[in-house]
Amino acid sequence: MSYQLENTQRGEKYNTIFSKVSPAKRRNRTARAHWRSRLLLGLYLALMILPIYWLINMSLQTNSEILGSMTLWPQNLTFDNYIGIFTDSSWYMGYVNSMLYVAMNMLITISVALPAAYAFSRYTFIGDKHLFFWLLTNLMAPPAVFLLPYFQLYYSVGLFDTHIAVALAHCLFNIPLAIWILEGFMSSVPKEIDETAYIDGYSFPRFFVKIFIPMIRSGIGVTLFFLFMFSWVELLLARTLTATDAQPIGMIMTRTSTASGIDWGTLAAAGVLTIIPGILVVYFVRNHIAKGFALGRT
Amino acid sequence: MNKVYNNRAWLLVLPMLILVAFSAIIPLMTVVNYSVQDVLGPNASFFTGTEWFKTMLNDEALQAAFLRQISFSLIILAIQIPLGIGIALIMPKRGWQASAVLILITLPLLIPWNVVGSIWQIFTRGDIGLMGWGLRELGIEYNITRNAGDAWVTIILMDVWHWTPLVAMLCYSGLRSIPEAYYQAARIDRASKWAIFRYIQLPKLTNVLVIAVLLRFMHSFMIYAEPFVLTGGGPGSATTFLSQSLTTMAVGQQDLGPSAAFSLIYFLVILLVSWVFYTTIMNMQKDKPPHGGA
Repeated sequence: MSYQLENTQRGEKYNTIFSKVSPAKRRNRTARAHWRSRLLLGLYLALMILPIYWLINMSLQTNSEILGSMTLWPQNLTFDNYIGIFTDSSWYMGYVNSMLYVAMNMLITISVALPAAYAFSRYTFIGDKHLFFWLLTNLMAPPAVFLLPYFQLYYSVGLFDTHIAVALAHCLFNIPLAIWILEGFMSSVPKEIDETAYIDGYSFPRFFVKIFIPMIRSGIGVTLFFLFMFSWVELLLARTLTATDAQPIGMIMTRTSTASGIDWGTLAAAGVLTIIPGILVVYFVRNHIAKGFALGRT
Repeated sequence: MNKVYNNRAWLLVLPMLILVAFSAIIPLMTVVNYSVQDVLGPNASFFTGTEWFKTMLNDEALQAAFLRQISFSLIILAIQIPLGIGIALIMPKRGWQASAVLILITLPLLIPWNVVGSIWQIFTRGDIGLMGWGLRELGIEYNITRNAGDAWVTIILMDVWHWTPLVAMLCYSGLRSIPEAYYQAARIDRASKWAIFRYIQLPKLTNVLVIAVLLRFMHSFMIYAEPFVLTGGGPGSATTFLSQSLTTMAVGQQDLGPSAAFSLIYFLVILLVSWVFYTTIMNMQKDKPPHGGA
């Protein structure tokens, strides 16, 4: 590169012609700025982790220790709270239920959102802009507004207290979100690729699955993360549409509060367990998140 | 990109349309139907016209809840957006540290909303929670069930804790998309850090910031489970937000007519504000020269 002048011979990558600050001083400055930002980030992460640490801490204590004296870490380490959850089917079925409807929702959403997003990114058709805005309005619809009608609708079609009911209900906000994100990714793929594929004799379905989907892998990764996240954490609709068979873990947790007081240890352990599936999902899509919305428009 | 005019594209949209219609249009029609009726029983209802809308618009408790809601949303936007950008700027860019920070930072987002409420309820309790205990040791009187100010501080703190990661995550991926050449050019011009932020990073972030602001606004407007678990809307009605008022009215008291009318007003307000946000930001982007933002 032309702006690296005489210093390149000494392995220095900046010019000294225009800069009054010596390279050594400048290196020092950037190093200090670097450590300052690391320190700030560390501070933020530490503060952010504190409530979660407290939850883990409580989950490893007995109730008498939690309510007794203030201890910053478990004095009598116990795993009884976790064992209790894993041996009681009414508890662990809550996790199974949650995971089932989240998985169903991700599957349904992504399979209808992919073709729809493709249509929005490649074609104009009658009413496309209105349709897109209407989709966004569903993202804005407060679930509280739909509680009662949902209950009646799903009850009348015999879907009440099934996993599919919750999965379908979560489509209300997940499909629009998925289309919004995917459309951004798809628009950044040059159209020439579609055309070349057609010239080469690919049919639309084959082109879509073999060529197009691999090209927007990151986009699909990010989308799946968001679908998982919003379906996993939503409880207002999930609670209203289930009674016993498909109850999410978040609702089962309310059982820890009984007439004899709250079972803090079990509550905390159950809370810790709700975080774990999320960590797994983030781990698998972390590289995609980093690239993430980079490609997305709005 | 030049799009081709093709009405067969409707075929690709159709499955999505059927699903969304099932979960959006049919329920919404039920809401509209209820809002103009007085429902006394399964087969007994009569037409009331716009009476429920008038009652709801003049209800002082709801007006108060609405003001609370607006102030809450504005406060958290004012804190979370700058904080999120700041965090994104200092996050490591590559290597294992980047992955580790990314995973850590998303943790609060992956906790079910009522569990978030429970965590903070425990965390702020004076007898068993670290924060409540710490404040008490420092001699600060802090009680979220009695003092409305404390309850507000806690709810804002909780929301910032819970949702700033989303803003940070979006901004981080926005920052990653800036080509290295821009920074090199800035280095040659000896641009200050502030100039780099103002003229390179911020314009490149507009796209993700639109998503962040819209998502945060919409979600903060629908906040329900967290304050409900944390304080139950109390003390008094100091932290009762719109969703909670609505749920109490519809599910708790079974006031179908009034709550349906309230739902529609609530929905229209969110729609209107989000639409104003959306079009203003879109127009701002349109005014810029093509190489600026998009």
